[in-house]
Amino acid sequence: MPSGSRRSRLLGGSDTGSRGVLVSVISTLLFLVLVGFLIVNSPGWDEFQSFFFDPEVFASSWPKIVRAFWINIQMFLVAEVFVLIFGLLLALMRSLPGPVFTPIRGLAIVYVDVMRGLPAILVVYILGFGMPGLGIEGMPTDEFFWGTLSLVLLYSAYVSEVYRAGINSVHPSQEAAARSLGLSRFGALRYVVVPQAVRRVIPPLLNDFIGLQKDTALVGLLGLVEAFRRADMEAAPAFNFTPYVVTALLFLALTIPLSRFVDWLVVRDQRRQLAGAR
Amino acid sequence: MSAVTGRVVGASGRRFGAEAVRIEGLRKSFGELEVLKGIDLVVHEHEVVCLIGASGSGKSTLLRCVNLLEPIDAGRVVVEGEEITARGTNVDRIRRRIGIVFQAYNLFPHMSVLANITLAPRKVLKLPGKQAEREARDLLERFGLAEKADQYPDRLSGGQQQRVAIVRALAMKPDLLLLDEITSALDPELVAEVLDVIRGLAEQGMTMIIATHEMGFARDIADRVCFLDQGQLLEEGPPADIFGNPQQARTRQFLDRVISAGRMGGGASGGGGASGG
Repeated sequence: MPSGSRRSRLLGGSDTGSRGVLVSVISTLLFLVLVGFLIVNSPGWDEFQSFFFDPEVFASSWPKIVRAFWINIQMFLVAEVFVLIFGLLLALMRSLPGPVFTPIRGLAIVYVDVMRGLPAILVVYILGFGMPGLGIEGMPTDEFFWGTLSLVLLYSAYVSEVYRAGINSVHPSQEAAARSLGLSRFGALRYVVVPQAVRRVIPPLLNDFIGLQKDTALVGLLGLVEAFRRADMEAAPAFNFTPYVVTALLFLALTIPLSRFVDWLVVRDQRRQLAGAR
Repeated sequence: MSAVTGRVVGASGRRFGAEAVRIEGLRKSFGELEVLKGIDLVVHEHEVVCLIGASGSGKSTLLRCVNLLEPIDAGRVVVEGEEITARGTNVDRIRRRIGIVFQAYNLFPHMSVLANITLAPRKVLKLPGKQAEREARDLLERFGLAEKADQYPDRLSGGQQQRVAIVRALAMKPDLLLLDEITSALDPELVAEVLDVIRGLAEQGMTMIIATHEMGFARDIADRVCFLDQGQLLEEGPPADIFGNPQQARTRQFLDRVISAGRMGGGASGGGGASGG
């Protein structure tokens, strides 16, 4: 489906034209009507509807969950900034040349392997419950702090791999050109290699951010009342799943536009490459 | 040193200055393959030396070693009296004085032409942005690229890109320019515009070591031609001698092959001979 639409958009033109658009709109509408009809008329629909889409529960829980969702937004906004920095640092550590830097490279490799190999929920638990539990003076006990830190540590590992792929994809002749002008190795990385690498990896980077945004819900397990936790608190007494659906809709409202944006970027890059090929 | 100045006069009639580069016993291997087997070469200020030879003879590697882009295995390279291959040499400082232009241009695709040229003057020479930009625009003007300053490299033709790469190297005001087969990636009709730029630089006294397959160009421009064969400098001399009366069998063989391939480009015909001077 996506490759089909991409293709048609790539080729897109006078051949298919407005007639093609009309046909696809009509067929999509017909399809939706048919599916809707089947769902609404299937056995158990009423129970299903009151359990997941109860209008009263929806109305009463919506404002509270929206307010709690603001905490998720704060978490991932803060986390994303640090992930971008720490991830790049890890990637640069790993691409240091020469035998002298073996320990630093090794450290970065071990770190990335461990963090990518652990279930996110474990890291959130270990840091979020474990560290404040040590009772060390001056140690933060704030769930927001530990939750966000866990996400930063986890996602930096993924993002560092994305960066690294980007850095490796910049041809060595670019660094040679920069060095031949007298730029230091660091200068060549900073002005020539990394800017090109980052541009290339924006789509996969945003993919990781979609994952990060979803995983802010894990921090609710520490007791922080973010959207998922708030939904939990609304759903339990009512024995109704509508608050979860509210939360789901809120997450989708963020992640789906981002997914579409990533797709759009990829298509745009492909088109540029096609146009650039001489 | 001053005794040397002005003493030597090359095939071009240019007066040479002091020793610019001295290469002694230079050896370089890539794994098992020894690419340079003990090269000795001295180049004087204002001299233009062309390196010719088949692909894989070591021309490019030799240039990259002079710029320290490749670490060498044995021998030494002395630039303006300073041994740059000595341990503890600050390679970044050396590279400021030696410009290199590559076969594939290697412009930075994410920067405008102007940014490509001003990057090193600003970051390495620490010139103020305004001054770096003014100098870059002057250079672009000189090479007929003034209106390309704000474009990105992928909007330029190959010949324009290579001229920008030359300007980028010149913006560092190098004492020595290394040209590594700079026309090999160009469409034939774009070769002349790039070679004309090099001719102009030679007339202004730029010291250059040029690896090239353009024999007509080498004959026109070089004070001395060096024939490299399998990592050895087999024969060197004024272009008239090398092209007119080569002493070594391998040199004759190479030139015969080049001539039969139509790459000699003598006089009026071929890219090398265009607007000779």
